[in-house]
Amino acid sequence: MSTDNNPAPGYLDMELLRFTTAGSVDDGKSTLIGRLLYDSKAIFEDQMEALELASKHRGEEHVNLALLTDGLRAEREQGITIDVAYRYFATPKRKFIIADTPGHVQYTRNMVTGASTANLALILIDARQGVLEQTIRHAYIASLLGIPHIAICVNKMDLVDYKEEVYNDIIAKFETIRAKLNLKDVQFIPISALKGDNVVDASTNMPWFTGSPLLELLETIDITTDADFDNKRFPVQFVIRPLRDEYHDYRGYAGRIAGGVFRPGDKVTVLPKGIRTTIETVDTMTGSLDYAFPPQSVTLRLSEDIDISRGDMIVGEDNLPKISQEIDLMVCWLNEKSMVLGGKYTIRHTTAELRCVIREVKFKMDINTLEENTKDKNVGLNEIARISIKTTKPIFYDSYVDNHISGSVSIIDEATNNTVGAGMII
Amino acid sequence: MSDYSITHLRELEAEAIYVIREVAAQFEKPALLFSGGKDSIIMYYLARKAFWPQVVPFPCLHIDTGHNFQETLDFRDKLMDDTGGRCIVRLVQDSIDSGKVVEETGINASRNLLQTVTLLDALEELKFDAALGGGRRDEEKARAKERFFSHRDEFGQWDPKNQRPELWNIFNGKKHMGEHFRVFPISNWTEMDVWQYIYLEEIPIPNLYYTHKREVFLRDGNWLAKAPFMELKDTETLETKDVRCRTIGDISCTGLTLSTANSLEDIIQEVAATRTTERGGRSDDKRSEAAMEDRKKEGYF
Repeated sequence: MSTDNNPAPGYLDMELLRFTTAGSVDDGKSTLIGRLLYDSKAIFEDQMEALELASKHRGEEHVNLALLTDGLRAEREQGITIDVAYRYFATPKRKFIIADTPGHVQYTRNMVTGASTANLALILIDARQGVLEQTIRHAYIASLLGIPHIAICVNKMDLVDYKEEVYNDIIAKFETIRAKLNLKDVQFIPISALKGDNVVDASTNMPWFTGSPLLELLETIDITTDADFDNKRFPVQFVIRPLRDEYHDYRGYAGRIAGGVFRPGDKVTVLPKGIRTTIETVDTMTGSLDYAFPPQSVTLRLSEDIDISRGDMIVGEDNLPKISQEIDLMVCWLNEKSMVLGGKYTIRHTTAELRCVIREVKFKMDINTLEENTKDKNVGLNEIARISIKTTKPIFYDSYVDNHISGSVSIIDEATNNTVGAGMII
Repeated sequence: MSDYSITHLRELEAEAIYVIREVAAQFEKPALLFSGGKDSIIMYYLARKAFWPQVVPFPCLHIDTGHNFQETLDFRDKLMDDTGGRCIVRLVQDSIDSGKVVEETGINASRNLLQTVTLLDALEELKFDAALGGGRRDEEKARAKERFFSHRDEFGQWDPKNQRPELWNIFNGKKHMGEHFRVFPISNWTEMDVWQYIYLEEIPIPNLYYTHKREVFLRDGNWLAKAPFMELKDTETLETKDVRCRTIGDISCTGLTLSTANSLEDIIQEVAATRTTERGGRSDDKRSEAAMEDRKKEGYF
């Protein structure tokens, strides 16, 4: 197909940036999102009409852009956001997915959920209030979930007369917290979401700021190196057996590449059996590929006919992940029912499902002060702790900091089948 | 772009294929909800891609309101023939005849709501434990908060306040007897993404999406098609217009767009310039501010 006469030029070449926002109504988060959506024409006329109507119903004088993100009636009635809401917009340069989450401590699980797939976290600080507990919490979660890029927006600069000192003081304060965290790329921007300063266009009110406005940052930040392209990791998801005349002997392993680059001819090892073999082809319905990389979904054919099933992992020949039945992880507890020490749970790790027992709680993290608590062993809803588990069979994994896919597990309650914990392997 | 960068459409495609494969792996008896609209056509296309060269390892299920455009049904049958697929059809008319639902009467009568009963009955009768749908989060506010794997209780109901957390790309399809899941692999696609993907992959779609002449009438700001079961008010008159469908649903509630777009390029341009959402033309969503949320809780898609 030719892209020459594509009526929306550039659209087929755009990258996807997923970012998460956390915050309460007061810090201007909804206003900021509303502005990004509105300025990029992602709010349609009928949505605008519905918003105007809903705002009027509530007796509000102005159109309340927060209503756009507060989707469920239950939320509108209570004036809160109870869940992660996903929003979409695109500029001629990129397409964006916003995972919008409420910022209160009781919504830590939502923040963690929204952060789990994000390339970037947008953290808002009210210029009048400076760095608060909430800021520390958001930064900690961004650090824990290993979000590669952080954009700190110092908002409401209009209410502090656009003063550079106020902004500099906040940055200095944040840097002292940053020392305790593992944040890779942090950018600061002074903005006014309400007035539009440094959101889409560079602000004329803050000539002292020489960085990019927020939208430009979102459009240009380099996300191509966020994945691991060095260590081959291919969790087998589904075995393709056509069983029809045309492809009688075809046997392929379908999955989504979690790490590394796979090429025909590459030497690989299949775990857990440790069988060595070679990649024959990298297939898709629209043709075989010369190479494939994260996050592509492909089907691999191997040169030998070996018994492989879902949950196995194809890795680089001499580039094995860690293999163990005893692992330590940071866990965020997601359920009202506290974690049971010594309890048994089902866990999912890539495409494998197995069981584990919780052996130890090493410490709980106070996410407002960043202090470790080694005395309290009860891990309840929204709490974060370092724990040790033992699994029924070995798992092949990487540290979460190295690979978010082979380094993450979800913990499932065996009685309710609910997902109750999110674990990041240390 | 570097050698290892991926366009957003390819990333969305990879995500959808991953989710579809998870469904085939985690459930005993999935089905793909097929309406003949572009989203379900894309879903079926992605399912073919997910398992190629194996045929899609689960059937399609079409809940036919009896108020479909004939072109949609012809398209469905040909698509299944061409690709070796299987489509099971269940009729809302049967639910009406058996007395399980009562047909709405009056000028704005629609069978759209009745579909839910036929759908839930079909899932139970055929013992499907997961139904894949083409719902997208950009369509409507209630959809914006739905998971990829959406858990339903024995009555097919959705509890928005008690959804399972969904982190990274780990999906939890574990369930008790009688419960089932709705799964939305193209959750993260927008209307524009769908059109661009159709363009990129040259996926055939029904001619209804392109401009054609049709007898239509104006109601509440929407152009609706003439059909035997559509009653006109005294003030409404039939006119012949150049129209096309922006969504294909039940004729009784699918608004048509005045348009002369006769190619994908034209349609994409129209979508790019348009200032109302796709569902803005659907009278079923307009019934109240939380119409979609209410229908979803009852078991609608």
